[in-house]
Amino acid sequence: MTDNSPREDDYPAMNETFDRASPFADDAGVKAGPRPDISDEEADAAFAEVVTVDGVDPVAARAALADVPWEPGAPKPDPILVADGVVRRFGGLTAVDVDHVEIQRGVITALIGPNGAGKTTLFNLLTNFDTPDAGTRVFNDKNIDNVAAHNIAGHGMVRTFQLTKALSKMTVIENMKLGATGQKGESLFRSIFPFMWRKQEKEIEERADDLLIHFKMDHMRDQFAGTLSGGQRKLLEMARALMVEPEMVMLDEPMAGVNPALTQSLLGHVTGLRDQGMTVLFVEHDMDMVQEISDWVIVMAEGQIIAEGPPASIGENTAVVDAYLGSHHDSALDLDQEL
Amino acid sequence: MPHTKLTPTAQPRWLRILLGAIVALLGLTAIGGPALAQEDDSGGEGTEEVAPDEGASESIGGVIQARDEEGEQVLLEGVTFIVTDADDNEVGSADSDAEGVWRVDLPGPGVYSVLLVEESLPEGNSLRNPDNNPLTEISVQPNTNKNTLFPLGERTSSGDNTNRVAQLTVDGLKLGLIIAICAIGLSLIYGTTGLVNFSHGEMVTIGAMTAYVINVTWELSWFGSWMSSLVFGAMVAIAFTGFLGYIYNEFVWKPLRNKGASLIAALVVSIGFSILVRYVLLYQFGGRAGFYRDFRIGEPIDFGIFSILRKDLFIIVFSALVLVAVGLALQKTRAGKAMRAVADNRDLAESSGIDVEKVIRLVWIVGSALAGLGGVMFGLTENINWEMGFRLLLLMFAGVTLGGLGTAYGALLGSIIAGLFIQLSTLILPGDVKNVGALVVLILILLVRPQGLLGRAERIG
Amino acid sequence: MDYQAIIESLFRGLIGERFIVFALAAIGLNLHFGYTGLLNFGQAVFMAAGAYGLAMTVVTIGPAVNRNTGLNMSESTLFWVGIFMAVVVFPLVLALLMGIPTLRLRADYLAIVTIAVAEIFRLIARSPSLDKWTGSSDGLTGFTSTFYDLSPFTTTDRYFFNLFTGNQFFLVLVGWSILALGTLLCWLMIKSPWGRVLKAIREDEDAARSLGKNAYSYKMQALILGGMFGAVGGMVRAVGFSVAQPDNFITDVTFFVYVALILGGAGKVFGPLVGAALLYAVLDSSDTILRQLVANDYIPESIMSGTQVGQVRFMLVGLGLILLAAFRPQGIFGNKEEMALDDR
Repeated sequence: MTDNSPREDDYPAMNETFDRASPFADDAGVKAGPRPDISDEEADAAFAEVVTVDGVDPVAARAALADVPWEPGAPKPDPILVADGVVRRFGGLTAVDVDHVEIQRGVITALIGPNGAGKTTLFNLLTNFDTPDAGTRVFNDKNIDNVAAHNIAGHGMVRTFQLTKALSKMTVIENMKLGATGQKGESLFRSIFPFMWRKQEKEIEERADDLLIHFKMDHMRDQFAGTLSGGQRKLLEMARALMVEPEMVMLDEPMAGVNPALTQSLLGHVTGLRDQGMTVLFVEHDMDMVQEISDWVIVMAEGQIIAEGPPASIGENTAVVDAYLGSHHDSALDLDQEL
Repeated sequence: MPHTKLTPTAQPRWLRILLGAIVALLGLTAIGGPALAQEDDSGGEGTEEVAPDEGASESIGGVIQARDEEGEQVLLEGVTFIVTDADDNEVGSADSDAEGVWRVDLPGPGVYSVLLVEESLPEGNSLRNPDNNPLTEISVQPNTNKNTLFPLGERTSSGDNTNRVAQLTVDGLKLGLIIAICAIGLSLIYGTTGLVNFSHGEMVTIGAMTAYVINVTWELSWFGSWMSSLVFGAMVAIAFTGFLGYIYNEFVWKPLRNKGASLIAALVVSIGFSILVRYVLLYQFGGRAGFYRDFRIGEPIDFGIFSILRKDLFIIVFSALVLVAVGLALQKTRAGKAMRAVADNRDLAESSGIDVEKVIRLVWIVGSALAGLGGVMFGLTENINWEMGFRLLLLMFAGVTLGGLGTAYGALLGSIIAGLFIQLSTLILPGDVKNVGALVVLILILLVRPQGLLGRAERIG
Repeated sequence: MDYQAIIESLFRGLIGERFIVFALAAIGLNLHFGYTGLLNFGQAVFMAAGAYGLAMTVVTIGPAVNRNTGLNMSESTLFWVGIFMAVVVFPLVLALLMGIPTLRLRADYLAIVTIAVAEIFRLIARSPSLDKWTGSSDGLTGFTSTFYDLSPFTTTDRYFFNLFTGNQFFLVLVGWSILALGTLLCWLMIKSPWGRVLKAIREDEDAARSLGKNAYSYKMQALILGGMFGAVGGMVRAVGFSVAQPDNFITDVTFFVYVALILGGAGKVFGPLVGAALLYAVLDSSDTILRQLVANDYIPESIMSGTQVGQVRFMLVGLGLILLAAFRPQGIFGNKEEMALDDR
């Protein structure tokens, strides 16, 4: 710990209780602005400093998509992630069967599809949280087929989860600090010699605080994450993912369960990430949101990719319309929802 | 834990009823108490160290028994034992009582010898190892009651033409079937509620003891000789454990589910019940083993490569019938299908109109009743004591995990494999560590196929 | 009624040998269960590993090595080697044995395997076929003289308000030093980023993995380290009572440790100390009170005999587990807010 405050995470200080949002409060608990002593410009500058991906021009990356054909498996000019022949079966059911897919660097790609289309399963396969029965995956020109799930973050790809995994009995700042990779103090031996990791810890904490300010969560820094509302948890999870300093973030339904007031701010944060050069892939149900922020859309149904294209093109695609309208009876395929 | 939202039961009420049930259990077992009440200090003390000042005592004793022509145990009365100390001075002597029990109090800890006076043995009995008489160099720790063993007669079932592998296979099948009957409930409860029920073994013990109280303490039977007292006892045991299963679910587990208690908390609660019930039983029945009476269907039947006691044959056939019946019920009846559906996917079952709470209640009743029945059979093959169920629980875990946690048929298959493995492992291992084999297999299976033999691979992430 | 005996047993429970043993074991279990969320139901076997690691090295394995290699290590050398075996080698092997098959699986598999390993160890230690190495059910004695020779106290005198004999007092002092050191280590580790990862794994393993933490490796580290604390506890027990016996490490012992931990508060640095002291103060004094009541015929023999008093403490532990887990999983001193987090 770098500050001298009496914070003690095992025995939370009593006075914390008073400014803490009720565990059952909804998103109204998010205060509108950052701390008064920091202006919005300063906060944005701090954010830009913390989150940047070098060598990526988001504007050019988006422009390059104009030449990409609107068809499943279309090759991209500068792909960051490429998957080939990825198949996953559960018992007799083929949950995912994707021939070829490429994700363009520096843009926001949405992965949509009706319930049970295999979106989350594909997500798990791309991040190695699940092992495919067949297929290869290449990230940043490196084959990641045999990389363990926990090493994926080290390669520069980080994911969030459909059901938020805010770590309830840890404070917001602890959640954030956990995200940093390469921490010296995370080795068992060094852990008992604080002088070996204290300096790094301080840097990490500063970075975490900067991110919290940008996400307007700095006033909640010492609360238990379990006391946050659903939307705040989504925000926290996104902010925590950024602590990994990834090149690509994968968001599994970032808007699920978030109230409309916070949705706009979340969307703003997602486009903000892209503008810093980050690649974003997200799973979503809500077409409006997809239309609003995504640069490219991939549509899945019954485990396969059935369409690709810019958001405006998707609404007119007959295969997509069929998949959605014909989707209401297939509750037996409802695998995604179990996660 | 997946849990349905029901109107929460008021906590104090269930607590009150829980305490009431414990008191009732104490009261009930008190009736059966005296029969087994002589304590055996080697059992039940666990970590306990008796303070050396208060009436500390050491003794040497034992139970002298032989087998008659039918292979049944016979307790010998009036056999004389003489205990001498390290300097060959006689410390004391004792004759065995009607139950074969003898004990000599010692002046203090030390090294002693025990001589069995061979002339006092009833006719037709002889020591198996006359060289080991007297038993020497018996070291007695402070505050312990040392038990000695003088085996009599020839070692059973050796030298004849039975094939050891065949014999052990039959024994293993018997044990496996008993484990299976007990374990179905464990597996179904896990499947439907997610609870690893560590107190399931106590249901087994309660079943065995209920039958013991009917059979030995009260000597009750139905319509005189029309139905043997043990069969009647078994029926009462099934009804009683089934009822306890209902009570247990209704007043402990349902409130916990409604409260949304975490799986880990629930598991710890089940451990608490396991200890509490086990030591209440020890308190009431004492640490000594009991045996059922009037079930002497002796006369081993010779099948050439193996021989089998009629009671064991009965156990195998009856257990197999029960398991087939359970299997058919799970496969064909509405309730059985509902159970499997809930175990398979609780939410899906609920959304398709199955009353999950009702199914869970049924699973608790049937699972506990089967455990009670299994207890009676386990008591028949070995003996009845306060921790028999807890010991069996580990074998049940081995069986259930082997077959696949939460699957009914997996529990069946895994248990039989565990039983066979336990018995067959005595071909290599000494008999007293035979259970080790089953537990080692459990660990190996987890390495190779963690979902068990019949389990489905789980999704990660 | 001998009130002095009751008060003495209360204080011995609060600070005596048994408190030290169970506090050490509970520190280990706190690393497992409290911080990492590992369901270790075999803490008793780690304790047994400590006891047997020392006893076997000094009494059976060491002399056998001496005979077969001509190394001729003295008893005191063997004692120090034995401590290394007890604290490092035995628990390490056990933790790997339990952890490798189960730490990649759901939590309840570890529970089943740890309880199975504890039983396997006990059965093997009891088996007469290995009497030569383990002393079977009588266990091993005669490995403590090196330790007590170091004692500056006279054996015949009584120390610390007459609570302890010289040897006991020496053990208690050494035990308290180990306890203080152990708690300090635990505190340092838990406050570090390493401890933060453990807590994250307890809260959600997948989240930790998505952030680049090797959950399997951390769980294994916690299992080993916590096991070593348990082994130190078991070793203190063996030295304190001068015997390593299989039945001192029955599975129920693990449940005692659980009660101590949950009572004091799992996931708190001082939880194990507070819990073990409370548990043994309650158990030992209630034990003495009951024995007094029985001895003075306030409770008739027909209701409770001397041996049955010992069984009451197990019932209390069982009841304690039920009530704590159902109503106060955050420990008796935990606050409501933490419980609210639990229920979400």
